Amino acid sequence: MIKLEPRGQHSKLMAWLSPVFAGILTLISGAILFALLGQDPLEALHTLLIMPVSDIYGLAELCVKAAPILLCAIGLSVVFKAKVWNIGAEGQLLMGGLIGSACALALIDAEGFWVLPLVLLAGMVGGALWAGLAAWLKTSFNANEILTTIMLNYIALNLLIWAVHGPLKDPDGYNFPESAMFSDSALIPTLIDGTRIHFGMLFALLAVVIIWVLLSRSFLGFQIKVLGLDSSAARLAGFREKRLVWIALLISGALAGLAGVGEVAGPLGQLVPSISPGYGYAAIIVAFLGRLHPVGILLATLLMALIYMGGEMAQITLGLPVALTGLFQGMLLFYLLACDVLINFRIRIPALSKSAADKLAVKEEAVN
Amino acid sequence: MAEAHITPPRLTLRRITKIYPGCVANDSIDLNIEPAEIHALLGENGAGKSTLMKVIYGLVKPDQGEVLWDGMPVEIKDPAQARKLGIGMVFQHFSLFETLTVTENIALALGDDAGDLPSLAKRIREVSEKYGMALNPDREIHTLSVGERQRVEIVRCLVQPIKLLILDEPTSVLTPQEVETLFVTLRQLAKEGCAILFISHKLDEVRALCHNATILRAGKVSGECKPADESSQSIARMMVGDDTPISTDYPKVLREEPFLQVSGLNRVSDDPFGTDLHNISFSVNAGEILGIAGVAGNGQEELLGALSGEDQVENHDAIHFPHGAVGHLSPRERRAAGMAFVPEERLGRGAVPDMSLKDNALLTGFLTGLVNRGMIAHGKTREFAEKIIDRYKVKTPGTEAHAESLSGGNLQKFIIGREIMQNPKLLIAAHPTWGVDIGAATAIHKALIELRDKGAAILVVSEDIDELFQISDRIGAICHGRISPIKPTPDTTINEVGRWMAGDFDEVEIKA
Repeated sequence: MIKLEPRGQHSKLMAWLSPVFAGILTLISGAILFALLGQDPLEALHTLLIMPVSDIYGLAELCVKAAPILLCAIGLSVVFKAKVWNIGAEGQLLMGGLIGSACALALIDAEGFWVLPLVLLAGMVGGALWAGLAAWLKTSFNANEILTTIMLNYIALNLLIWAVHGPLKDPDGYNFPESAMFSDSALIPTLIDGTRIHFGMLFALLAVVIIWVLLSRSFLGFQIKVLGLDSSAARLAGFREKRLVWIALLISGALAGLAGVGEVAGPLGQLVPSISPGYGYAAIIVAFLGRLHPVGILLATLLMALIYMGGEMAQITLGLPVALTGLFQGMLLFYLLACDVLINFRIRIPALSKSAADKLAVKEEAVN
Repeated sequence: MAEAHITPPRLTLRRITKIYPGCVANDSIDLNIEPAEIHALLGENGAGKSTLMKVIYGLVKPDQGEVLWDGMPVEIKDPAQARKLGIGMVFQHFSLFETLTVTENIALALGDDAGDLPSLAKRIREVSEKYGMALNPDREIHTLSVGERQRVEIVRCLVQPIKLLILDEPTSVLTPQEVETLFVTLRQLAKEGCAILFISHKLDEVRALCHNATILRAGKVSGECKPADESSQSIARMMVGDDTPISTDYPKVLREEPFLQVSGLNRVSDDPFGTDLHNISFSVNAGEILGIAGVAGNGQEELLGALSGEDQVENHDAIHFPHGAVGHLSPRERRAAGMAFVPEERLGRGAVPDMSLKDNALLTGFLTGLVNRGMIAHGKTREFAEKIIDRYKVKTPGTEAHAESLSGGNLQKFIIGREIMQNPKLLIAAHPTWGVDIGAATAIHKALIELRDKGAAILVVSEDIDELFQISDRIGAICHGRISPIKPTPDTTINEVGRWMAGDFDEVEIKA
């Protein structure tokens, strides 16, 4: 029998190894799954994880997928640090796309360098407003943000669908539920000709740097962290809890909104009903997989984007359902939560001699 | 004691050893308790008293050593077996259900042995009368005082046949008068043949009550003595070793220029089982220490919350600094006006457990130039933390160590140092040496006196009446949310303050 034994203190090493273990376990489970489906496991994994990025075009597409996930996840790292559980990045992303599109369509005949910044700003405001609703409900009525943000996701999706079927529908679009194509002034320029990679990826990287500075260098970030770790210490020190909840949610919402407007003004070029295949939800997994740390989130984002592309690739070349993407995301989160137990507990096999276990414990402590 | 050679000891521990990862809690401990003996187990926090108790009560399994009960080797597997042998234990922190009656609580603790409730209530009444511990079995726990709650715990042990009663720091929650009553009960129990293991760090009480004492230091037995033959000083030496300074007397001062003025402070507690504050009025002068005594749960938490600014009061003028009313100000604004605060809970309020000492220095030190245009001055913050560690001799590997890795005493030195190094004009300290070892307590008292002599007003709220008499210049007590008269310490006695703690005072006149 295997026993779990408290470590007495967190293992920093395990905190970083746990995502790696989770990745390995996901690969093994994936391989078994492919074998059961009658595929060659290695070839299937190759199709899923290596083929999509074997050329420049693939790498560029990886960045296109990574940008919105990264923006959402880095924003979530701020709220999650404050232990405010914003599950609504998806809805905030959709609202960013919707309000950004409304702005771009209103300015469809305008030209000038100012159009795009205005469109992007509108998207950020849209996302921030949506998160602000949850902040208002939480700070004024003590409404649980997990529930409100999830419900706001559905409201945002339905608002978006209503808009593309109604006021924002392209009058010359043969009644398809799509908006008109944005004017060139409202489109985010591409970075490399011949690919779809655009400046959105740079925004995302810039956001990573800014949030990193915010959380590690600024007093505001410090207050957010204290609030999350120990709200009564924050209260005693005189940090204003409600204000911090507002700020964290607004930052997170604005970044998700930027992700949304980055999609409609970037690779899509118009508002369509399906601007996100669940980027806002995937970002939750990414934020935890990356340990809420900017570098970790960057790496986890690339992995998540790869899984999205791999799912599409597997559908095309192997004829497997695209639900594979969701399956791999789910397994990753599941294994991560399981492996996280090892941060506070160590596995002990009583059959092992006691002294050996003690030696192991000493070694682990030395590593920590 | 001659008969001890004929009948075997009630309990014998031989070479009890318990090792936790990274620490030897009990190192080959021997202990003998005779029937009818009141035996003291002394030692500082972390000396291994709790672990040893838990071994006897079956909560912890020792790694080595044997336990003999009436001369026969036994293995005590769990508290149920301990109770069957006749061992009862009264914990420092009670585990009672507030909304249930005394009888129901005791029935829950006894499990199948409780029998039907009416006959249990009868037994409770008999036992409580026999031992002079008035207790109504039908009352709900939340209506009882702390002293009465402790009686419930003791009676719970006595309704069953008892041969060994273990009491963990039983007097820390009692007024001096209640302590006397408890001692009468314990002496009567011992006379009937029950052995008593009395765990404490209050040496005067141990000398008054106990026949023998075993002293632990760092997991080992560091001495055995007959407390009545020793002085408190000599026992303290055995507890702390030779190189730690033991407390001294401090000269008292009288000052007249008030810094903090509380007048007519009323507050309804947010907690349904909390204590409302009624017409609290007192002032703390610059350059003096005011001590407020009181048994836990008499409104201290509510008073401290109102003073710290965590809870704001409706009548802004009820709390007054020299520059004006502060009742409506946030903790941060009060800090900016010269207040510093040491809360009761070190981890989880005074310090963030999961953050480094450097970050914890910033937690309340942010108003002293550690933040520059919204950005943390990391270098200065580290220096500040290093200064605290150096000046107050905090034992830690460095500024990056997490607060939770420090012992209670070391963390408390850090927190008090952090507050004092900000040069406050008013320091409010709640239970500053609670659960702290003697060495650290002495260091903390010294730091408070030094700050007083620099002209700061200091308010100390504590349950430890000896501590208050040692460091306070003036002293009062709080009971049921009301404040007693406040007298200069030399003009009052422990007995008088003890009566105040029990609510025996006329309410102070309120200034218009």
